[in-house]
Amino acid sequence: MNPVNYLYLASLLFTIGAAGVLIRRNAIVVFMCVELMLNACNLALVTFSRMHGNLDGQIIAFFTMVVAAAEVVVGLAIIVSLFRSRHSASVDDASLMKL
Amino acid sequence: MSALAAAASTGEAVQFWILGTVAVVGALSTILMKKAVHSALCLAGTMIILAVFYLANGAYFLGIVQIVVYTGAIMMLFLFVVMLVGVTAADSLKETLKGQRWLAAGCGIGFGILLIAGIGNAGIKEFNGLGQANAAGNVQGLAKLIFTDYVFAFEITGALLITATVGAMVLTNRERTERAKTQRELSEQRVREGKHLPPLPAPGVYARHNAVDIAGLLPDGTPSELTVMQTLRERGQIRDVSTEALNDLKALEQRSEERLGRDREEEAAK
Amino acid sequence: MENLIALLVAAPLLGAAVLLCGGRRLDRIGHWLGTVLAAGSFLIGAVLFVDMIGKGADDRALHQKLFSWVPVESFQADIAFQLDQLSMTFVLLITGVGTLIHVYSIGYMEHDERRRRFFGYLNLFLAAMLLLVLADNYLLLYFGWEGVGLASYLLIGFWQHKPSAATAAKKAFLVNRVGDIGLSIAIMLMFTTFGTFAFGPVLEATGDTGEGKLTAIGLMLLLAACGKSAQVPLQSWLGDAMEGPTPVSALIHAATMVTAGVYLIVRSGAIFDAAPTAQLVVTVVGAVTLLFGAIVGCAKDDIKKALAGSTMSQIGYMILAAGLGPIGYAFAIMHLVTHGFFKAGLFLGAGSVMHGMNDEVDMRKYGGLRKYMPVTFITFGLGYLALIGFPGLSGFFSKDKIIEAAFAAGGTQGWILGAATLLGAGLTAFYMTRVMLMTFFGEKRWQPDADGNEPHPHESPSSMTIPMIVLAFGSVFAGGFFGIGDRFVNWLEPVTKFEHPHPPISIPVITGATIAVLLLGVAAAYLQYGRKPIPVVAPRGSLLTRAARRDLLQDDFNHVVLVRGGEHLTRSLVYLDHKGVDGVVNGTAAAVGGLSGRLRKLQNGYARSYAVSMFGGTAILIAATLLMRAV
Repeated sequence: MNPVNYLYLASLLFTIGAAGVLIRRNAIVVFMCVELMLNACNLALVTFSRMHGNLDGQIIAFFTMVVAAAEVVVGLAIIVSLFRSRHSASVDDASLMKL
Repeated sequence: MSALAAAASTGEAVQFWILGTVAVVGALSTILMKKAVHSALCLAGTMIILAVFYLANGAYFLGIVQIVVYTGAIMMLFLFVVMLVGVTAADSLKETLKGQRWLAAGCGIGFGILLIAGIGNAGIKEFNGLGQANAAGNVQGLAKLIFTDYVFAFEITGALLITATVGAMVLTNRERTERAKTQRELSEQRVREGKHLPPLPAPGVYARHNAVDIAGLLPDGTPSELTVMQTLRERGQIRDVSTEALNDLKALEQRSEERLGRDREEEAAK
Repeated sequence: MENLIALLVAAPLLGAAVLLCGGRRLDRIGHWLGTVLAAGSFLIGAVLFVDMIGKGADDRALHQKLFSWVPVESFQADIAFQLDQLSMTFVLLITGVGTLIHVYSIGYMEHDERRRRFFGYLNLFLAAMLLLVLADNYLLLYFGWEGVGLASYLLIGFWQHKPSAATAAKKAFLVNRVGDIGLSIAIMLMFTTFGTFAFGPVLEATGDTGEGKLTAIGLMLLLAACGKSAQVPLQSWLGDAMEGPTPVSALIHAATMVTAGVYLIVRSGAIFDAAPTAQLVVTVVGAVTLLFGAIVGCAKDDIKKALAGSTMSQIGYMILAAGLGPIGYAFAIMHLVTHGFFKAGLFLGAGSVMHGMNDEVDMRKYGGLRKYMPVTFITFGLGYLALIGFPGLSGFFSKDKIIEAAFAAGGTQGWILGAATLLGAGLTAFYMTRVMLMTFFGEKRWQPDADGNEPHPHESPSSMTIPMIVLAFGSVFAGGFFGIGDRFVNWLEPVTKFEHPHPPISIPVITGATIAVLLLGVAAAYLQYGRKPIPVVAPRGSLLTRAARRDLLQDDFNHVVLVRGGEHLTRSLVYLDHKGVDGVVNGTAAAVGGLSGRLRKLQNGYARSYAVSMFGGTAILIAATLLMRAV
């Protein structure tokens, strides 16, 4: 098997994640889908690392994880405060961008 | 481990196809499950599989971190929030935005095809393998890079984490914007509102029980809503004892009847 | 000597400024101040004239540049004066007749409490008119042109409490404006064609310029001349302008301002010489107007309006002569000067009659006045003889020359123009004899007016008769003085060029025919007005008479064609504006609004919708990248 298959898998997961972001209304699930997309990227990075024979890809993936962790912390805090004020975690309820 | 070849072994291929399928199914389940908690669990499964793939690709450190940080910490955080929002709440999957689903599907399929076509078009044939890079150990290799080439990025990431922590605290902490009311003010407010001047009646008043889950009875024998906790009422965990008194009375009468009957029998026997 | 030129203009300008700004305290000396300044201007003109005739024919032109008016790159306008023989003639006419009329006005306006203002306006007119004839470029000429228009407006409407006077002033102003647009367009055309509008360069450059452009400039100048000189089709204002005080009619609407059109055409002679089409149009306008004015003059019972018709007709002669080119320019100016004398005299006479008749203007209520106002009768009679061209008097010399020149125009054109001028001469004799007979001969026909005041005809004071006598002298002798030995023609020749006309029939024959026609006209008038008593109420008259009384329907024509046409035009424009322009504008707005309404739905506020757009955009970006790599 050619390890390039990992890349195909990564793009598949990424696309599924993206579709999830677009389809789901629950902010928590949307957030999970974002995490799925990040993980797909990480998989691709790890595969690239293997492809090139150096560890830079893994470093980037590592940083991605750290950033993702930070993002999750802040994002979930936002969801919690949104839920507290609106009693809903639906992203469609916050449609205040419309004039 | 250091012998990780450029080409994957048959064992890895078998592992890829089986776990890859599971990962895709998990991802699909994540976006299709009605309950957020199910989605979270599916996602956790997918992440664990990804951790395995990391390990298979020679990223041992990342594989462990994936399990510890992602599935261990982040997904738990998700579950906490899910519980806060309501574990049992199920989302409706019915689309409310017109055409959103079709657009999303169209874009997704187009995007996926383009990505796959791009990867295929790139014609990646050669894989160098990490044998040489991992020669001194994967963690050591990463550490060497992090603390040399990527040291600034690493430090800045630390600052980012601190910021995120503070940010989360700021966002979730509800600051009290006014002074807390004193007891006196509360009682004055109660008088002003004009209801429940005396303290609420204790549960079980006029009843034969005084447990918290038993509503107190009003003089006419009906239960009073006020005497039990709202939580218990909503759970439907209130025991209605209004009929018990009557039952008791009936039992008493029956017992005294029996007693009287026995006395009469005794008298008759005499 | 050149430095005196500016003083010519400055004297009356100073008078106007002082009189108009000075306030009531000048009421007692205002008329004297105005008259003295006008006379001063005349004196300066006379000094310059004496100086001029002392020099050789080619050195006579003087030039004075005061200052740069509008110096902008290639647009150079100067306040600069040019005094040549043509300007000199006008200066003497304007200041001379102007001074006489100032003197006359002292008596005529004696009982008017706004006399000071009247003299201020008169001085303003003199200054503007002098500026007009002294300017060395068309732009400054235009300035003077507008100045006389303003003065004319102010003076026609001097008795503004009369609605008719106010309306007449407005009418004159508006009609003049049409002509002024012609002049301004002509100046613009000149600037684009020649790059300048000074007389010298423009008139020298006509040889190298296309005939089309020159024709356009010529026609625009003609339009200007028509407006100012009351020529068909812009003639309608002159009759109504008689609402102004009579001295104004004499000075502005007979002797000087209305001849500014003739000056303009003669001054621009080089342009017309190079544009035969424009010249032809000029002659046609002149011929039509001379007959038009004469016919109107025959029918009017208002003495001033009859004279106004006559003025129009005589200016028609001048315009016609000016349109004939070098054979006519000098005669046009000569007739202009003699006409200035006798027509001013006639108007002053008419004013004198009105003065004695409680401001009655209807000739049917005059009659037999020769016994009551002998001086007026004699001076008016001399002016009359001069105007009809009685042999030996001024009009004879100047008008006869124009008739000869008209015949000399050549071909059919010459015959037609000649016939028109001859017919005009006959009509002139007819209507002037009519005026004469109705006013001074026959039975007295005056009646008490509405207030029961019986008029007591009497001779006017000497301040009024003296100017009339002086003008009568001019009427009698000016023509002979100018005409005999071609004195006037030789004087003007360096400026206007001159060619001797060669009519197809011999000159004595033409002169004889003219005299015959003249006698015919006088006889016809005598038969109709001298032999029979004149009814006080005008008879109904023939269709032509009635039309002529209504100024040959000029106002009806203007009303139907211009007013109604304008109304229809504006109405259709409004319709077009509402339906067409507004429709397009509103339609565009509605279309944009509708489209925006649709587009706005894309902005539904849902983050997921925006995310789809982003995702689609990313897909397109990837597709583009791949495509570029593939290519």
